[in-house]
Amino acid sequence: MKFDAPMGDTPIDTGRVVGRPHARVDGPLKTTGRATYAAEWHDGLPGLLHGFIIPATIAKGTVTAIDTAKAKSAAGVVDVLTFENFDINGTANGKTVKLVGGPQVQHYHQALGVVIAETFEAARGAAALVEVDYEAEAGAFSLDGVRADAKVCGAFGGPGETRVGDFEAAFEAAEVQFDQEYRTAAHSPAMIEPFASIAQWEGDGLTLWTANQMIATTRSSMASMLQIDESRVRVLSPYIGGGFGAKLWAHADAILAALAARKTGRPVKVVMPRGLIFNNTINRPETIQRLRIGTRADGKIEAFGHEGWSGNVEGGNPESTVLSSRSVYAGPNRLMADHMGHLDLPEGNAMRAPGDAVGSIAVEIAMDELAEKLGLDPIELRVMNDSQVDPSQPKKTFSNRHLVRCLQDGAERFGWSGRQAPGTRREGKWLVGMGVATAYRAALRSASGAAVRLETNGRITVETDMTDIGTGSYTILAQTAGEMLGVPVDRVDVRLGDSAFPKSAGSGGQWGASSSTSGLYVACVNLRREIAQRLSLDEERAEFEDGEVRSGNRVCSLLDAVADGPVSAEGKIDFGQSDTHAFGTFGAHFVEVGVDSYTGEVRVRRMLAVCSAGRILNPVSARSQVIGAMTMGVGAALSEKLVVDERYGCFINHDLAFYEVPVHADIPHQDCVFLDDVDPHGNPMKAHGVGELGLCGVGGAIANAVYNATGHRLRKVPMVVEDILAGLPDPV
Amino acid sequence: MKAFTYDRVTSADEALAAGAGASFVAGGTNLLDHMKLQIVTPDRLVDLNRAGMDTIEPTAQGGLRIGALVRNSDLAADSRIIADYAVLARAILAGASGQIRNRATTAGNLMQRTRCPYFYDTALACNKRDPGSGCSAQDGHSRTLAVIGTSDLCLCQNPGDMAVALRVLDAGVEVAAPGGGTRTIPIAEFHQLPGDTLPVREFALEPGELIIAVVLPPPAGGTHYYRKVRDRSSYAFALVSVAAVIQPDGTGRIALGGVAPRPWASEGADAAIPHGAKAVAAALFEGARPQEDNAFKIDLATRTIAAVLAEAKEARA
Ligand SMILES: Cc1cc2nc3c(=O)[nH]c(=O)nc-3n(C[C@H](O)[C@H](O)[C@H](O)COP(=O)(O)OP(=O)(O)OC[C@H]3O[C@@H](n4cnc5c(N)ncnc54)[C@H](O)[C@@H]3O)c2cc1C
Repeated sequence: MKFDAPMGDTPIDTGRVVGRPHARVDGPLKTTGRATYAAEWHDGLPGLLHGFIIPATIAKGTVTAIDTAKAKSAAGVVDVLTFENFDINGTANGKTVKLVGGPQVQHYHQALGVVIAETFEAARGAAALVEVDYEAEAGAFSLDGVRADAKVCGAFGGPGETRVGDFEAAFEAAEVQFDQEYRTAAHSPAMIEPFASIAQWEGDGLTLWTANQMIATTRSSMASMLQIDESRVRVLSPYIGGGFGAKLWAHADAILAALAARKTGRPVKVVMPRGLIFNNTINRPETIQRLRIGTRADGKIEAFGHEGWSGNVEGGNPESTVLSSRSVYAGPNRLMADHMGHLDLPEGNAMRAPGDAVGSIAVEIAMDELAEKLGLDPIELRVMNDSQVDPSQPKKTFSNRHLVRCLQDGAERFGWSGRQAPGTRREGKWLVGMGVATAYRAALRSASGAAVRLETNGRITVETDMTDIGTGSYTILAQTAGEMLGVPVDRVDVRLGDSAFPKSAGSGGQWGASSSTSGLYVACVNLRREIAQRLSLDEERAEFEDGEVRSGNRVCSLLDAVADGPVSAEGKIDFGQSDTHAFGTFGAHFVEVGVDSYTGEVRVRRMLAVCSAGRILNPVSARSQVIGAMTMGVGAALSEKLVVDERYGCFINHDLAFYEVPVHADIPHQDCVFLDDVDPHGNPMKAHGVGELGLCGVGGAIANAVYNATGHRLRKVPMVVEDILAGLPDPV
Repeated sequence: MKAFTYDRVTSADEALAAGAGASFVAGGTNLLDHMKLQIVTPDRLVDLNRAGMDTIEPTAQGGLRIGALVRNSDLAADSRIIADYAVLARAILAGASGQIRNRATTAGNLMQRTRCPYFYDTALACNKRDPGSGCSAQDGHSRTLAVIGTSDLCLCQNPGDMAVALRVLDAGVEVAAPGGGTRTIPIAEFHQLPGDTLPVREFALEPGELIIAVVLPPPAGGTHYYRKVRDRSSYAFALVSVAAVIQPDGTGRIALGGVAPRPWASEGADAAIPHGAKAVAAALFEGARPQEDNAFKIDLATRTIAAVLAEAKEARA
């Protein structure tokens, strides 16, 4: 089905199953340890070997010698393979650097090879015996150092610079001018499940169990890197312990497992150790951002300028900091540009809400500063500059933009009117402040297919290569099929993450939920037709409810349709470009923080997000997405920072003790409210995703709350105690 | 991980007999991490977990003797500790996580090693790991490291919480030697400063010596405080911590964590307590040699001392 017209009424609108707060259907498997993650497929793999990655320990240069003799003779070692033994064609789709380096080293901890042994411990022990000689070269590791040479550059095929009207003239002429610079640190996805793969060959066919968000892409990556036909590759990733973008591509574990298994003729498992994840894989790069906003005296924006600078490997993408600025606030004159400088740090790439997660921090602090300069309430300024058309493409109207309602509803719920002047609210030793920010993230849509089958026992089976990265895909797909076919969720079996199933949108860019359920919707429409035909019912009028199919005064059981065997159907959704509509998800974040007036420690006290994203397919899994994203925003605002050691060209804090993500005690109270709306222009489900929306703006709201608490403005995240202390009066 | 032999012992004597050239393992929460990362590669492990030494007994002097194998969780939950040595319970509970404290032992906690990123990356120079290789932390990322008591050889901080409380309590560490005999090392001397000669020594233990107990003197009275400052609310090492016992007359004792290779305290600083945080900090940080990244710790420590003294003052009022 090509989706190109607004959706009329569908069975989904009845909301008997979809839109209900179903607990995760895969929850019991996960809580009892029976969900098989990539590293856990031991059954049926006799002779499984373990591979341990040999990492480069320089950032840039050449391997002049690599001596594996000692490692090869260590107890339990089966083989040691290095780049000298491999012939890998290119790299994974979507990645820039090679998964296995050598002789050229492109970044610290780039894989150079793999030690293969009978046990994990033997492989790990022997990896330390591999002796590598390098000829190191000087590299570029500082964003400040390359900023002057950075070039305008677009991310992921998008434009580098966009202009509307005459920004410079309008800014110059504006009654109020605001011009500030902001910085955000580099982030690691730091998901709990490390990258992991098990590879097994049968003849020339590869089966790869791996932790991956995009099955079809990874299948074609593996085929092309290994130079075999795609039909010879099967990729399985049914359960994934978080990805945050980093599992959009195949990584070193996947290719090394495949090569090691091919060489040894035995299945091989490669798990990436925690300490390698930070430098071996991808990160969200550090950014510098400049915001120039010119307004009328009443606060109406006349000129909006947002420029970003980031660094990446040659051929990589810049962090697309200005993406959302193209659409979030009104203003007839606009300049948005991303710049990229060449750095020899590990590759920067798409991490949850790429661009927007950090772009929104700068924009939302700027809006707070601007409101103060104008003497306006920060909500008033945002409301005044709302736009129902996309300000960068004024011919397009937002299909479903309720930002103003989110802000106003949130203000009411949060008690925004109780906010006091900066630095004036004190509770004992605590300085207390509130902050607000807009959340905006585009609602991307992506083609997606699924198969659905009515089994002879009346159960429904759904199959698609869609992934569940902890998000709830299993559950919303079960709900979709249940709604369409008139059965409760516990009669639906959803099977995901297998390249043998129809190709889906995969998980990324918060498009997964709406796209994959839409593809399944189409499959279910087709299955309903098949079932109606088998039952000789009028397919147009047939209603599916309570395990029955009703049409006129005829009532059949679903079981009647499978007397001769299962009925199955496939379906796929495709999306064209809309000339009339822009698609987005919107929200408002509210945060209250306490700042310890002695120590400068910032502790979040409560958080609220009010979100609008069309139909919410499942309010509990959507809530989990949003509060998880808010938690990630707390990390970005208060602690997460990959620290570059410019002498070695690496992120030096490469474990979870030195790279601090929030813990439970940091998150005392979170609320998430969804506006009750549907977007018939978006897709058949009238729904959009929320997994990235929840992250956009959070850091800005926290920074604004810190300012409100202390009266001291910080334009750099994370805001750590030494930054806070610089603005606090001496307590002694 | 390198292959190693493993022996289980059932008494301190057996441990001492088996201990030559071996590493003792107690809770394993620190040692095993280091073995996996090959920061240390012992050939032999002697497991102390069945060697007794796991009770807390009163001493003739009116204090307590804490067995080396008493788990951190049990120690922090002991009613005598809570009543008379609350700073110790608070310090322990401010560290690690419930799961780790259930495993971690009194001796192991005292012997935990530094949290320096360069100690943890075996590709980079570290005098502690590889004597003579150099110290990558100098001019490196030193935000969490020590500001005083360091040398050109090493900038390591002692990351522990428990030891800081033991320092204000004036505990003694009872150790037994392989050849027989025991001695008590004052906690103030247990952790070594790096100094100017290699190897960088961390502990006052001689090879083969076994910690058998930690001895607390009779209760000091006063009100007990442990204030730990960190980037997140839990499960993080201290940027700075303050252990204090403050008496009703405003005198007391203070020790700092996170700022030096050992819990940092001095008699001069204690004497300055009635004169306020700045006076205390001035005494504690005399001769400090902070790096650019961690100079803030001095201000932060001063302010944290102020917070504790203010709280104590309020409690007395
Ligand atoms: C994730 C994490 C977070 C942590 N956070 C904190 C924190 O916030 N604050 C804090 O203070 N600590 C923290 N720790 C450290 C923790 O306190 C220590 O790991 C623990 O106390 C070590 O005790 P153990 O019994 O497990 O020691 P082990 O790992 O068994 O041994 C540690 C060392 O002590 C030696 N040893 C053990 N017993 C004896 C003995 N009887 N005689 C001589 N030598 C002996 C061992 O040979 C070894 O060298 C954290 C640890 C982890 C893993």
